[in-house]
Amino acid sequence: MANKLPNRAAICETLLTHAKTDPDIFVLCSDSRGSASLTQFAEAFPEQFVEIGIAEQNLVSVAAGLASCGKKVFAASPACFLSTRSYEQAKIDVAYSNTNVTLIGISGGVSYGALGMSHHSAQDIAAMAALPNMRVYLPSDRHQTKKLIEALLLDEKPAYVRVGRNPVEDIYTEQDAPFELDKAVWLRGKDEKADIALIACGETVKPALVAAELLEAEGIRASVLDMYCVKPLDRAAVVEAATNARAVVTVEEHSPFGGLGAMVAQVVSERCPKMVKNLALPDAPVVTGTSAEVFAYYGLDALGIAKAAKEVLA
Amino acid sequence: MDAKELEVLSWKLRQDVLDIIVAGDGGHIGGDMSLMNALLVLYENHLRVSPETADDPDRDRFVLSKGHSMETYYAVLCEMGFLDLKDVKARFSKFGSPYIGHPNNKLPGIEMNSGSLGHGLPVCVGMALAGKRGGKKYRVYTVMGDGELAEGSVWEGAMAAAHFGLDNLCAVVDRNGLQISGPTEEVMAHEPLEARFRSFGWHVLEVDGNSIPALDAAFTAAKMLSGKPTVILAHTTKGYGSELMENRADWHHHLPTAEEYAQIKSDFAARKEAAAHGE
Repeated sequence: MANKLPNRAAICETLLTHAKTDPDIFVLCSDSRGSASLTQFAEAFPEQFVEIGIAEQNLVSVAAGLASCGKKVFAASPACFLSTRSYEQAKIDVAYSNTNVTLIGISGGVSYGALGMSHHSAQDIAAMAALPNMRVYLPSDRHQTKKLIEALLLDEKPAYVRVGRNPVEDIYTEQDAPFELDKAVWLRGKDEKADIALIACGETVKPALVAAELLEAEGIRASVLDMYCVKPLDRAAVVEAATNARAVVTVEEHSPFGGLGAMVAQVVSERCPKMVKNLALPDAPVVTGTSAEVFAYYGLDALGIAKAAKEVLA
Repeated sequence: MDAKELEVLSWKLRQDVLDIIVAGDGGHIGGDMSLMNALLVLYENHLRVSPETADDPDRDRFVLSKGHSMETYYAVLCEMGFLDLKDVKARFSKFGSPYIGHPNNKLPGIEMNSGSLGHGLPVCVGMALAGKRGGKKYRVYTVMGDGELAEGSVWEGAMAAAHFGLDNLCAVVDRNGLQISGPTEEVMAHEPLEARFRSFGWHVLEVDGNSIPALDAAFTAAKMLSGKPTVILAHTTKGYGSELMENRADWHHHLPTAEEYAQIKSDFAARKEAAAHGE
């Protein structure tokens, strides 16, 4: 793999750059600055960094209090804890009070592969998306992550951003990372007829893109949408992708309930009914392994996605 | 405002609370009554905020952590000019109304939403930290219920407030000793409460929370204390103001009947009269 920079490090780089000229940027961690790649920020801007200790509920409430006093707050903690232990703080103090807090769920999904279900966050999309005012983003690579954080610095609304622990292969380049907030990115097949539309988010975008290439080699045309904005879902892009294809396959590192697949299926069934196959983690504790091993086991890798697409079209 | 004026005003506002509750067909009257004097003294004599300065970055902040005592908060916000009492009475709890049973920060004067317990103190830690780090002189206040202290998040916030040396933060505990199921010490004991807060690194002031002069003195004293946050343990009476409801857990959210309303109204009027004549 060429890229050695995980998305979490891209977040730190972006915040470091902007904090130089913006004293209102505040970063909070819950004894997680190392795993969030935010140590450099803590050292460079100690007055804009707050260490909360292992207390996720406090992390989120303190973040909301700072935000209510004009700060642009980024609170980073492992997604498994941030989206469950402090869920009510996200609901009341961030979403309901509508404070300018970006919750950053690090090491999301099955990033902590071998550490067990306590450390997996296969429910965070469903949980966070169910909160009014809360937006949910799963950027697919470091370049998109940078663009996303820059966009979130410009608005004052709540958001949840999930990133993985490990470096992921680049999809975009520094010069070519098309990005518009809350608009999905067409990676293949925009304005073209396709056999299958692949819609993915976060770390499953790259496997979906490779799957499209595998399918093309077999004469199957696949469009690919990077739906980093799971909420608000880019409904227009979903409708366009589904309309131009015979069927849709969604891919996500998440429970089969309440995530990207469920949301896409809602839109497609309402606006342009056709077959939607959801590829996701199982409704069960996940098998032990690295992200790549787990993805392959559950058919969320390129081969699994291509296989599912062919089955849907058969 | 001097103590006598505040005392007289408090009885007028208790009547407003009673009317709001009856108009809305429900409320948390017991805790409303134990909260009244602390909130009134705070807003009249200490909290530096007004409808004209509601957006001033240097204003003092207040978060009602025991959000269910909203009717008292309405009465005080109306008295301070943030809201219109007639409008609150007309629309409280009605369909589509912004006047709901817990703080709604879409209304003027209300900083944060609450309703779920254990949120106010941690949020105020963030507000106070923003003030400290930003070189601001504002102070931050919250009022918690005593039953609320069973929430672990209160103690996460208490730990952090001391860790960051937030002497611009003052918390009040409405220590009325009762929660919905009965006495707090039977439901889940908090004593020794003074020692608990002290061991968490706080200044602790214990006062008669029904006494306006005592509360006034405590808020003044808290401003002088440095290096640590301050908690005022306000020993209050749930349902304060009418024997009909005083110290009765079943009046936590009891809706007075017509007869009870008349009795309470008469009790408030008598206490107001006595206060006006310096008794």
